[in-house]
Amino acid sequence: MSKLPTPDKLIATIPAFPMEGWMDTKPEFKPGTWCYPAKVDNMTALGMPNPHEWSADQEDWNLPENWEEIIYEGLKARLAKHRSLKVFMDICVRCGACADKCHFFIGTGDPKNMPVLRAELLRSVYRRDFTTAGKLLGKLAGARKLDKDVIKEWFYYFYQCTECRRCSLFCPYGIDTAEITAIARELLHELGLGIHWIMEPVFNCNRTGNHLGIQPHAFKEIVEFLCEDIETVTGIKINPPFNEKGHEIVFITPSGDVFADPGIYTFMGYLMLFHEIGLDYTLSTYASEGGNFGSFTTFDMAKKLNAKMYAEAERLGSKWILGGECGHMWRVVHQYMDTFNGPTPPKMETPKSPITGTVFKNAASTKMVHIAEFTADLIKHNKLRLDPSRNDHLTVTFHDSCNPARGMGLLEEPRYVLKNVCNNYFDMPENTIREQTFCCGGGSGLNTDEIMEIRMRGGLPRGNALRYVQQKHGVNTMACICAIDRATLPPLANYWAPGVTVYGTHELVANALVMRGEQKRTMDLRQEELPGMEDE
Amino acid sequence: MFISLLAVIALGCIAWLGAASGFQYLIGVVLPYAAVLVFIGGFVWRIVDWAKSPVPFRIPTTGGQQKSLDWIQPARLDSPFTVTGTVGRMLLEVLLFRSLFRNTSVEIQKGPRVVYYSAKWLWLFALLFHYCFLLIFIRHFRFFLEPVPFALTAIEFVDGIMQIGVPRMFMTDVLVVAALGFLLARRLFSEKVRYISLANDYFPLFLLLGLVGSGIWMRYFTKVDIASVKVLTMGLVTMNPVLPEGIGAAFFVHIFLLSCLLVYFPFSKLMHMGGVFLSPTRNLPNNTRAVRHVNPWNPPKKYRTYAEYEDEFRELMEEAGLPVDKTSEEAAAAE
Repeated sequence: MSKLPTPDKLIATIPAFPMEGWMDTKPEFKPGTWCYPAKVDNMTALGMPNPHEWSADQEDWNLPENWEEIIYEGLKARLAKHRSLKVFMDICVRCGACADKCHFFIGTGDPKNMPVLRAELLRSVYRRDFTTAGKLLGKLAGARKLDKDVIKEWFYYFYQCTECRRCSLFCPYGIDTAEITAIARELLHELGLGIHWIMEPVFNCNRTGNHLGIQPHAFKEIVEFLCEDIETVTGIKINPPFNEKGHEIVFITPSGDVFADPGIYTFMGYLMLFHEIGLDYTLSTYASEGGNFGSFTTFDMAKKLNAKMYAEAERLGSKWILGGECGHMWRVVHQYMDTFNGPTPPKMETPKSPITGTVFKNAASTKMVHIAEFTADLIKHNKLRLDPSRNDHLTVTFHDSCNPARGMGLLEEPRYVLKNVCNNYFDMPENTIREQTFCCGGGSGLNTDEIMEIRMRGGLPRGNALRYVQQKHGVNTMACICAIDRATLPPLANYWAPGVTVYGTHELVANALVMRGEQKRTMDLRQEELPGMEDE
Repeated sequence: MFISLLAVIALGCIAWLGAASGFQYLIGVVLPYAAVLVFIGGFVWRIVDWAKSPVPFRIPTTGGQQKSLDWIQPARLDSPFTVTGTVGRMLLEVLLFRSLFRNTSVEIQKGPRVVYYSAKWLWLFALLFHYCFLLIFIRHFRFFLEPVPFALTAIEFVDGIMQIGVPRMFMTDVLVVAALGFLLARRLFSEKVRYISLANDYFPLFLLLGLVGSGIWMRYFTKVDIASVKVLTMGLVTMNPVLPEGIGAAFFVHIFLLSCLLVYFPFSKLMHMGGVFLSPTRNLPNNTRAVRHVNPWNPPKKYRTYAEYEDEFRELMEEAGLPVDKTSEEAAAAE
């Protein structure tokens, strides 16, 4: 990993616009700017086309011999399959409204990180091959010939887009760079170009049911270990069911919550909540992943990994699925799952909270409810005993994950929950939250450490907004509803706003949750002393 | 940029010379007919071509709160759940440029502090251009209708209400030039926009300036014989074309540039006019969990089944006390 510059140096090194036109500049594959290539074994096992050895810093990427034909045919097929792509290729007027909406552009100053130019990287090739003007006028009409440098450029910039869709919100025609990036990545995968950080989780998820490759017995052990910690904190022993048939609900969350700090505390929070309300649910080791790195690979791969959710609900005979805190998981669940793998198994029913009786009509077809919706409903109906003063040492802000914000509209539910479990809550500035939220810098499979500098650059707008509320309101806690955030925000906060700790929303819920039969809480879920609760 | 400018100047010269050297019928009658045909045919072809590609996924960009729990106020227009809401969102987008209204500009200041400013100039001038152009377009119907309907006269009256000059100055004429000037200046002087601009971004601006400019030139300065122009235009719409004598060359430049615009339109970025209606991030409701969206090319399901998974991990699962569908004995017996 390359050495990270200091924040001041990082900002000072944001370059001015280059003098040459963008067709005449090439990316430089410096360490810290590109992701490691996917393993040939993983690509082969998943049946991906043209797996081969290559590396971005090498001159020759060992592309398959007919690579030009593959791209041409691949693009042609996708233009016929996606109206979005076709329309977005044609109607951009280059007004530039999107330009400074991208966190990577703000942090790198690289003009090709302006969403409009990112799209032009593909559009220029499209014009040359699929439009008359491009064929006749060439560069004059913004067209250019596809060569190996273009492929390298695609790899560089389509892996500097986190598919956060902030640009799409501001575009007068709704041109969605996430859609363009997703399809460009599909094309790169056709040539056997994928990245390790995405393909390894995809491989694992297919085989073991989760991104981290946790096998069923280990999954159970880890959860039981977390239950021991819960017992230490609360004195209550929880035995969550695994793979059991006949429960009303299957609960699915990103596996990062089971495995990685601070996600594990969020997971403990879920278990405590379910125990307290006596929820009839089961966990599944087979469908032990809510996230879907397949969605950063190809639409088909997203579908393949997602298919396990309904399959497992059917096998276990559950009525509906409750989903944990995760960003891109919810993009897939909300906008793709039912289309990919629906209609739902016949025995599933429109979700109804067994505690409050609320029917989630908004999930009538997918039959999957977000835990923030579920918990907000519990709190609204007064079904939880909460002591928010246990979180009084925390001054909290909330990071809207891109996908739930702009691909779902889940904005109020988590805020309602947080405001009920914390007494000190402050939002970040309005241009950086809700539908205008900024990415953590590591979405869409870019949360890998070898591109830490790019992540910190992309994290500048988020980090700076955090620093603003840290200085203004003394915020020391950033809550989120995303497992990738829980992995990416701690280094971001450390870098841009040192002193802020990252929490999952349901960790804060569980801290405040007064459970029947619990011992007096003197510690939070991290087993740190709760100030003011030590002795009374 | 210069190539686009030269191209438009060249087009203007061609028209001028053509009108002066006996090609008036070609420019005033034949070309406009051809241009209208190309425009309509091209426009329809483009829309049909787009529409031929299906919309596999429902992917609205949500600009506000979803509809979920009854007591949470949803953003009915920015994150519409219903078809009505979606129509509303599209109307806001098409008529008022809703998304562009959100525009901000960002600046990294010392500290460091990342600051966002509201930046509505583009929205304002874009809106101004489109509405002025629309009004001018409507005003031109005076040349295609006899008698001139009252509504048109009323628009003209309001447009000229400042009562400056003879003939009266239309506000839309001034504003459309100002708006086009702003859009052009932005391309030239904003570093970011200049960097992304292509010849096909400058060309329509110059072409429109040429079109509007020639119109202004003949109305206010050379003052072409309006009566003769109307004879020609009425001839065109009644499919009974005549070419009256004595129409000034400025008119031929004007109608030639208009023909160019009509021909250019369907094959250029100006098709955003039609494309915006087909944008799947705007024209679909945010109700994907409530109503299933069908993908016409949805491939068959291929995934690792639970049975395959259990086959690999059965013994480990049994050891860990996890329930299995088939015990090791059953699995062995089945083999």
